[in-house]
Amino acid sequence: MAKPMHPTPNLDQLETGPWPSFVTGLKRLAKDKDYVVDVLGHLEHSYQTRKGYWKGGTVGVRGYGGGVIPRFTEIKDESGNAVFKDATEFHTLRVMPPPGMHYDTATLRQFCDIWDKYGSGLIALHGQSGDIMMQGCTTENVQKAWDEINEMGFDLGGAGPAVRTSMSCVGAARCEQSCYDEAKAHKAVINSFLDDIHRPALPYKFKFKFSGCGNDCMNAIQRSDMAVIGTWRDNMRTDDELGKKWFAKHGMNELINDVVSRCPTKALQIKDAGAVRKDGHISAVALDGKQCLEIDNKDCVRCMHCINVMTGALAPGKDKGASILVGGKSHLKIGGLMGTLVVPFMKLETEEDREKLVELAQSIIDFFAENALEHERTGEMIERIGLVNFLEGIGLDVDPHMINTPRTNPYVRTDGWDAEVAKIEAKKKAAA
Amino acid sequence: MAEAQALRKAVECGVPDNDKYMHPTLLKNRGNWKYHDRPRPGVLHHVAHSGDQVWSVRAGTQRQMDTHTIRKLCDIAEQFGEGFVRFTIRSNIEYIVADQNKVDPLIAKLEGEGFPVGGTGNSVTMVAHTQGWLHCDIPGTDASGVVKSMMDQLYDEFKSEQMPNRVHLSTSCCEINCGGQADLAVIVQHTKPPKINHDLVANVCERPAVVARCPVAAIRPALVNGKPSLEVDEKKCICCGACYPPCPPMQINDPEHSKLAIWVGGKNSNARGKPTFMKMVASGLPNNAPRWPEVNEVVGRILRTYKNDARPWERMADWIDRIGWPRFFEKTGLPFTKYLIDDWRGSRANLNASNHVRF
Repeated sequence: MAKPMHPTPNLDQLETGPWPSFVTGLKRLAKDKDYVVDVLGHLEHSYQTRKGYWKGGTVGVRGYGGGVIPRFTEIKDESGNAVFKDATEFHTLRVMPPPGMHYDTATLRQFCDIWDKYGSGLIALHGQSGDIMMQGCTTENVQKAWDEINEMGFDLGGAGPAVRTSMSCVGAARCEQSCYDEAKAHKAVINSFLDDIHRPALPYKFKFKFSGCGNDCMNAIQRSDMAVIGTWRDNMRTDDELGKKWFAKHGMNELINDVVSRCPTKALQIKDAGAVRKDGHISAVALDGKQCLEIDNKDCVRCMHCINVMTGALAPGKDKGASILVGGKSHLKIGGLMGTLVVPFMKLETEEDREKLVELAQSIIDFFAENALEHERTGEMIERIGLVNFLEGIGLDVDPHMINTPRTNPYVRTDGWDAEVAKIEAKKKAAA
Repeated sequence: MAEAQALRKAVECGVPDNDKYMHPTLLKNRGNWKYHDRPRPGVLHHVAHSGDQVWSVRAGTQRQMDTHTIRKLCDIAEQFGEGFVRFTIRSNIEYIVADQNKVDPLIAKLEGEGFPVGGTGNSVTMVAHTQGWLHCDIPGTDASGVVKSMMDQLYDEFKSEQMPNRVHLSTSCCEINCGGQADLAVIVQHTKPPKINHDLVANVCERPAVVARCPVAAIRPALVNGKPSLEVDEKKCICCGACYPPCPPMQINDPEHSKLAIWVGGKNSNARGKPTFMKMVASGLPNNAPRWPEVNEVVGRILRTYKNDARPWERMADWIDRIGWPRFFEKTGLPFTKYLIDDWRGSRANLNASNHVRF
């Protein structure tokens, strides 16, 4: 039995209503732990005064410079003593989950046992960077908890100016839209940068995220410095049986309004079965005996919309891989940035393919480490130096896939034009 | 021996292989799935090229979970599921079963224990969740409480699929926006410059780094009461709070003046149009813990308008693209103030350079 609870009139109001309540969970922990009694008191104080009272500091585990988020209380009485003396420290351990966040129950139970023993008993599944957040630990217990977590085969994630914990979608494990093995790519990349995760020494944070298709369930384009987003090069696959099934259920109005007219590049047309073009870049799916939905795969940008609506009837092709985008980030300091496409397509099927991905990541991180200013994200660095300087720095050729439109102003010195054209011609010749 | 134990060296094992944590049917059919459908809200049914099938039952959680809750979820997986679960990016738990007969009892048990089944397809799914007062060092508000209040209100929308398309929500407790882009986001918006404790700045803050952090160059070194400190040009200051994390004596959070803003139309997906950033459409809402009724009123109003007015498959951004911003403000009844006209870098791209006007 723990000590008596502090009154928590504000938090009590968060126990009503149908959605699962974190307050009820904390109160259950508080029955056995003085620590959590005071955590609740601490949080109630925030609700009453509408301010936060945890400050950072330096707490870590042996050999690592990151992975623990230290928190010390700032609620002190006049003589400088902590008001909530059983919750003066509330550190978090960031633990990297298995790709796709799959668990067997034995593993989850083991995390619970460790955290009941050493921590508050509060675990967030998962943080916004994708970590298992073991929340609430004293300085004394951080190393002990970490030792047992590490024995389970898990490792700490990133914090500060470091490569951060990554996320990959469920992807190949369960999704028909997956265009590469996200988990294998995720593991290959992240486990190549463990030193940069555990010992923060970059200009600022660097995030990777892995989404298996353009639906980008991991929000990679906007939440990562290097986004790996699945796509394919050949024709969309089709299944006549599932096409007919879809059409029988949804009909022509939905086909036109929800599928054909929502295609961003007008790559879809309804055709009589006999009128479907025979070109190699055309695919078609049957709707009934008479009509087909025709797809011009040269016009298609692999946005995923029609596949989302007619799952199975339409599917990604077989020549799959990923696009790479660089420089996504949130507001600070110059405003939000989406990633920019720097590699339109790369295969990610074999170990060698994944090694090439790791090499690309390595050259981007090396360039970032050398050239970014302190507290500058990759996207901000590219904004400052220009995309071309960045591409030349990491050894990628320019490509019209990288732009929305060519330059709309004349303010550029072009006296190297002929030399650039000659280089392009020479490359074409060498490739022929 | 005790000494040797204390000096255990970290095994830098990195991300574990996920094979051993994965349901055997998923492992067996990895990369070979054919299609999926949704037999009911909260249930995904996937069919593999091999003919194998799995059902995933998705349920909402509070994310910040006590070990009792996690063990209860495990009990359910062992007694009603097949012992394997996964979590979505929005903190929903998914129970994966290869036996269809387990789906209904699993749903009944989850609902009976208070975990709503839903969050699939065109539902309002769980809010992308940040830390807030519970754990963050710079929060302007709480996250768990805001999320709980929002999801209580949107409970039925989580459990049904009645929206035009999926609705992703996020909250962020400061303008750094850890919650990320969403169809609708609630984000702290400070309205006053930081209050500086000049006694502490010299000892706590690396002053050149703080000066460099300001997006509008409003901070400069200064001697205040004979002490080296920093001063803020309050005419230039945009109250973003970027100086506060590297310099805690520059307190930006204020119980009265730290407000909440609502943003709409963010989309990470490439489906249909390219990904979009969200746009601020309301601000000045009070940080009214523990239930944030004013925020919830605006959130509910926008979502109801979208639900009634958008066509099938239109995300929030697609819908506004069609009807235009004037009608968005008209239909939602939200005031369009001068603060919503962008003047940050690149802002000209957000102005109407045409005579396209809807009447």
